[in-house]
Amino acid sequence: MELSRRDAVAALAALGLGGGAAAMYTRRDGGDDGDPQSGTEDEEIDVRDDHAERVAVAAAEVLYPSQVTGVEQFVTEFLGPRLNQDGHGDGIREAVGIVGDRAQRWYGAEFDALDPDRRDQLLREMGVDTADEAPDGTDAERVRYYLVNDLLLALYASPTGGELVGIENPQGHPGGTDSYQRGPP
Amino acid sequence: MSGQGSASRQDRSPVTDADVCVIGAGPAGALVADHLAGAQDVVVLEAGPRFDPGDRVERQERAIRPAFDRPDVWEMGGERDDHAASGEWFYPLNHARVKGVGGSTLHWQGMVMRLHEEDFASGSERGVGPDWPIDYADLQPYYADAETELGVSGADDNPFAPPREQPHPNPAFPPSYSDSMFADACDELGIAMHSVPNARNSEPFDGRSECVGYGTCQPVCPSGAKYDGTVHVERAESQGATVIDRARVERLAHDAEAIEAAVYTTPDGTEHRQEADAFVLACGGVETPRLLLMSDSEQYPGGLANSSGLVGRYFMDHLFAGVGGVLDEPTRQNHVGFLTSESHQFYDEADEEVGPFKLEFFNYAGPSPVELALTGDDWGDDLLDRLQSEYGNHVAVGALVEQLPREDSYVGLDPERTDDRGNPVPDVHWTVGDRALRTIQRANGIQRSILQELGAEITWTVGPDDTGPAYHHMGTTRMGTDPASSVVDPACRTHDLANCWIAGSSVFPTGGAMNPTLTIAALALRVADAVDAALE
Ligand SMILES: Cc1cc2nc3c(=O)[nH]c(=O)nc-3n(C[C@H](O)[C@H](O)[C@H](O)COP(=O)(O)OP(=O)(O)OC[C@H]3O[C@@H](n4cnc5c(N)ncnc54)[C@H](O)[C@@H]3O)c2cc1C
Ligand code: SF4
Repeated sequence: MELSRRDAVAALAALGLGGGAAAMYTRRDGGDDGDPQSGTEDEEIDVRDDHAERVAVAAAEVLYPSQVTGVEQFVTEFLGPRLNQDGHGDGIREAVGIVGDRAQRWYGAEFDALDPDRRDQLLREMGVDTADEAPDGTDAERVRYYLVNDLLLALYASPTGGELVGIENPQGHPGGTDSYQRGPP
Repeated sequence: MSGQGSASRQDRSPVTDADVCVIGAGPAGALVADHLAGAQDVVVLEAGPRFDPGDRVERQERAIRPAFDRPDVWEMGGERDDHAASGEWFYPLNHARVKGVGGSTLHWQGMVMRLHEEDFASGSERGVGPDWPIDYADLQPYYADAETELGVSGADDNPFAPPREQPHPNPAFPPSYSDSMFADACDELGIAMHSVPNARNSEPFDGRSECVGYGTCQPVCPSGAKYDGTVHVERAESQGATVIDRARVERLAHDAEAIEAAVYTTPDGTEHRQEADAFVLACGGVETPRLLLMSDSEQYPGGLANSSGLVGRYFMDHLFAGVGGVLDEPTRQNHVGFLTSESHQFYDEADEEVGPFKLEFFNYAGPSPVELALTGDDWGDDLLDRLQSEYGNHVAVGALVEQLPREDSYVGLDPERTDDRGNPVPDVHWTVGDRALRTIQRANGIQRSILQELGAEITWTVGPDDTGPAYHHMGTTRMGTDPASSVVDPACRTHDLANCWIAGSSVFPTGGAMNPTLTIAALALRVADAVDAALE
């Protein structure tokens, strides 16, 4: 099942990042970076966010069910505004850093350069699978909160993610008041 | 996300020459303030913050994510909200209320029905408990006004409901797909289903959006389609009322006959005195008696308005009963967070042995897939397999059950523990009683027969052993004609103090089994009329 731009927008709306916030986010390659004031610091953030996007896409490839397509576009569209969100964005960057650090130390490569089975294994070896999400917790709990569960929340609060499970209007998605009245498709 | 709103009166100093001081900005206080603003100079003191409406979607994330508990959504908990539960039955107080502009309706479900006529006469009609000193006819016009104020979406299709005088302001939400499954089973069993009056907009109303199906009504509606007390707080302010948030009233200064001032503290610890001609206590069924008890004096050593010794006594809640199960076909749950069908069929069979109860047909039985996806140690295809197998075929029938008032069920002050300001914390000493437990059993029997008729495999029951409260705090400043056996008179004015009214469910002599807030709203409008008349 194909994840669409609409799904990413819906996932963002479910997290309070609809409309304004989503529109305000301009990617480095989005052609809207002509600000002469943007100096090294901004570039650094861009580089880090590029890295965060690559890691998040690589993680989503493992976390999302194999039948969904369009993961890269969905994750990058979703992640942009999320990275710009006060406090939360730094949490994501930190989680990405933790995962990247482990990948280097244990497997001598960037997380996103590992093959999917290895990425899955690494997350499990870190204990992320059994960890409860906690924004101020251990490394595993923070990775679970900011990276793994953020991506799962984005998918399953979107209409396409909901449909995979049999619910077109999942919690968090303002999908109207028709679907609850309808029988199964 | 911060609880400190920008629109708040920043200096938080008292208003000079106030006619009316309302304490508490939940729906009760908000309705009183709105009704009186314009005609009177009104100030509202609210202990909690003014939350930014723009934060609601972030609060929704808290509602969905397992890292947060329910009280975290509206920042309840900590030393300010410390409490005790010395009774046999634990009472999870901070799950059961919100402190802030809008009060507990920020969190509520929004089911709003009128009490039945017999609820006002439990003693004479059912042989147990006191009669109310007012009856349905006294409250009926106020019920109609309250439905208009709350923008209730409902229909006149409930054959068991008390008489109505006008249609609801908005049409009822149509039944859900699962309601239609229940309807077949209930038809077979001769049980009539009908719509649920909801304090949420089925159509755009009063400048607020129609319901858009976020599905997290309890504990937060990001669209504002669900009514909450902020609606009337804002309206009261637009008519000139002053609302001071984070102003905690710690004591009511008084002489023998009247309240002189509400003594409150602001976040920096400064103490202020708000004087007024009339005071309306609208702090909810736990904090209202607590404030009266904390305002003891030489004149009133047992606490204010307490010459009956009954302030805090007769604490009641509604109890939950439920049976759930699974079918071998999709039931389409969790698309929205509210109910569309109920049955009041068995309600008026109540007698001494078994109390009134109503049945609720769930639209959110079983897990929500999003929430389920964030727990467990699987992901990828395994997670999707789990979600597909756990979501989709659940059904459940709930019930609310009446509990009778008992003197040994009470809200008191804990002598050992204090809050962050050094005031004794409330002790909710909750005692339930056998009639309520028998009623739960009776409800469970009917619920089981419905699920069996539906062909469901029953997987859970909430019965007398594991029931819990519905978070409706009633009875703790009961209404009556006799000052020896009640705290407020039929106009909700305290017997002891001429300028003190109480708005809220603490005045209910009995609770029936209907969610209380429409009755709270009706009584609040009636209190506003009484205060207005007294000030003329
Ligand atoms: C989870 C949940 C679901 C619910 N669902 C329903 C439902 O479906 N239908 C229904 O009818 N009811 C429901 N209720 C109950 C409903 O929310 C209450 O009946 C209603 O909010 C009571 O209104 P109130 O104004 O009397 O009190 P509250 O809404 O509790 O407001 C009291 C206010 O007073 C303030 N206050 C307290 N003490 C002080 C003080 N000393 N100084 C200053 N301010 C003070 C508090 O901070 C608070 O804001 C639900 C409640 C909960 C928690
Ligand atoms: S289902 Fe409707 S009322 Fe409930 S949270 Fe969503 S929009 Fe609000």
